[in-house]
Amino acid sequence: MVDQQAVAVPVGEQPAPATQAAQAEQPAPAAPSVDQEELRAAVWARVQLARNVHRPHTLELLRAMATDVIELHGDRLFRDDPAVVGGFCKIDGRRAVFVGHQKGDEVNENVRRNFGMPHPEGYRKAIRLYRLAERLQLPVVTFVDTPGAFPGPASEERGVAESIARSIQVMAGLRTPIVTVITGEGGSGGALALAVGDVVIALENAVYSVISPEGAASILWRSPEYAQQAAVAMRMTAAEQLALRVIDEVVPEPATGAHEHPAETARALRARIAYHLDALAGRDRRTLLETRYARYRRMGEFATVTPAGETRHERGGWVERIRQLLESGRAAIVGDGVGTLPTETAEDESDLPLREDV
Amino acid sequence: MPIKLPFGGRRQSHPTDLWTQCPDCREMLYNKQLDKNQRICPRCGHHFRLRVDARLAQLLDRDSFREQDAGLESVDMLGFVDQKPYPERLESARKSTGVRDAAVWGTGTITGTRVAICVMDFAFMGGSMGTVVGEKVTRAAEHALAERLPLIIVSSSGGARMQEGTLSLMQLAKTVAALGRLADAGVPFISLMTDPTTGGVFASFAALGDVNIAEPKALIGFAGARVAAGTISESLPEGFQRAEFLFEHGFVDMVVPRPRLRETLVGLLRYLRPATAAPDKSSGNGTSPMSRPLSYLETLTGREPKEAVHG
Repeated sequence: MVDQQAVAVPVGEQPAPATQAAQAEQPAPAAPSVDQEELRAAVWARVQLARNVHRPHTLELLRAMATDVIELHGDRLFRDDPAVVGGFCKIDGRRAVFVGHQKGDEVNENVRRNFGMPHPEGYRKAIRLYRLAERLQLPVVTFVDTPGAFPGPASEERGVAESIARSIQVMAGLRTPIVTVITGEGGSGGALALAVGDVVIALENAVYSVISPEGAASILWRSPEYAQQAAVAMRMTAAEQLALRVIDEVVPEPATGAHEHPAETARALRARIAYHLDALAGRDRRTLLETRYARYRRMGEFATVTPAGETRHERGGWVERIRQLLESGRAAIVGDGVGTLPTETAEDESDLPLREDV
Repeated sequence: MPIKLPFGGRRQSHPTDLWTQCPDCREMLYNKQLDKNQRICPRCGHHFRLRVDARLAQLLDRDSFREQDAGLESVDMLGFVDQKPYPERLESARKSTGVRDAAVWGTGTITGTRVAICVMDFAFMGGSMGTVVGEKVTRAAEHALAERLPLIIVSSSGGARMQEGTLSLMQLAKTVAALGRLADAGVPFISLMTDPTTGGVFASFAALGDVNIAEPKALIGFAGARVAAGTISESLPEGFQRAEFLFEHGFVDMVVPRPRLRETLVGLLRYLRPATAAPDKSSGNGTSPMSRPLSYLETLTGREPKEAVHG
């Protein structure tokens, strides 16, 4: 999916598809060892690209890929949040409701847009528009690019957490197709609140993480200076997120990145969005909702320790996914992962609670 | 005590020292006395955190708890290493806490009313939500839906578990989607937020109770202080992100001191009963509209609740 030629900043070694399967068969230590410094720099360069101020944001992308764009404003509760935009658009002839984070490309505009960090109003505006799309039977296309929801006092006192939770819940049960595109920074819950979709696409230099690398560093390393290590450890690049199946597809960016070729990037995205809108339009409502539920239901992996003390992996997909990870072009960091499989079993079998049904 | 822990020999729910200092009033408290007092400071009322077994014992009828899915264990999908590899952190957390992960779920009764209940344990890696916690919350919700039992989730968590990356983030969507189905089916959910309920746990299931309850002075907020301080430059006001702040701003229904939690739940469960089964299945009148999310409230307005047990 990722075009090697288009990778602006090459990350480690990226084996050609033909060699990937063969490599996955080999034990982990065979993975090419990539210099940690080099890897860190490469991942960090991608984080920087995802954050590039000239990267096209929701409105810029729509300008290039859609027609008849009508922006709507306000959450009908408190105010209009400029960090989230939404409204109607026509993508390659297909009518849709769009919602997306919006950053600015220069200081004043960025201040007005709060650097793409929404307050609760932003998410409540999104919810209002999702509901509208549902009533009008229009599909929803969302564009995700935020460092995270705004963490300040104003945001907290108006219930940013509740607005995020509610937005996730509304998206999860929305009776109309949702296509999500991670275009830049997929920053935690503030991103997810616009990113629960039937299909989740990411641009090649987009990143997606549970917490900002700076945040992770200040908690796990007790200093934000370790942000680069955190970025590597969290596997936040689009290719890795694809391997983890958190996203479904990576759309390559033109040669030096989306910020230098916004129109070309938008064109590439338009084709993929249109493709998925068509595919989803054919699904009946029940299948649509069941498939979306299943998409999130299977996220993550765990083991089960049986009363007999044996560790069983609940689903067979576990090893395959690790392999996919290996194949994702970041074989280097995965090497350690395989060696650290939790293989220990419980010490005292007799004391294990049995699974009881009531 | 109603629950069996997965490892041999039940460990103390707190360090073996005899004394604990109250962080609020600085009083030295004798641990045995503190336990007898539900781990509330007898002098100033400070609520210490409760471990899972103590919480279940406090809320449920004696010996009524049946744990489910006790064997679920976290897997290191990412090969995550910070200052320590994730599997090592898991192992030492298991050893020091005696539980397998940061949540336990099962069924039990509260004065005879059957409920599905999921309780988080802050002692295990800060109660952080990785795949196992997300799975347990989701299974609790799905079981509550299938059996039409009221669901209670007791949160105590710093948020999503960073060591599982976006897979932890996806647990927000997984749990909330399951709760959405519960709400659509008219099965009630009570969220009890205890110290602390922050980050991805507050921004997902914890915020979405039909009734939200908080323990006094519990830290409840979206952004942890360290995250907020790193992201924004303004310093955060005092008293902010406490249970009372949330109450004032309309995000929790009530702040209830620990000794009154059980009776509060008993009172609420008289109203928060799952909507009666679909008309074609119910033996009585077939009038209750099942398709609408709030139908259970409507069915309750007209009649007095009778026996609380729901089969």
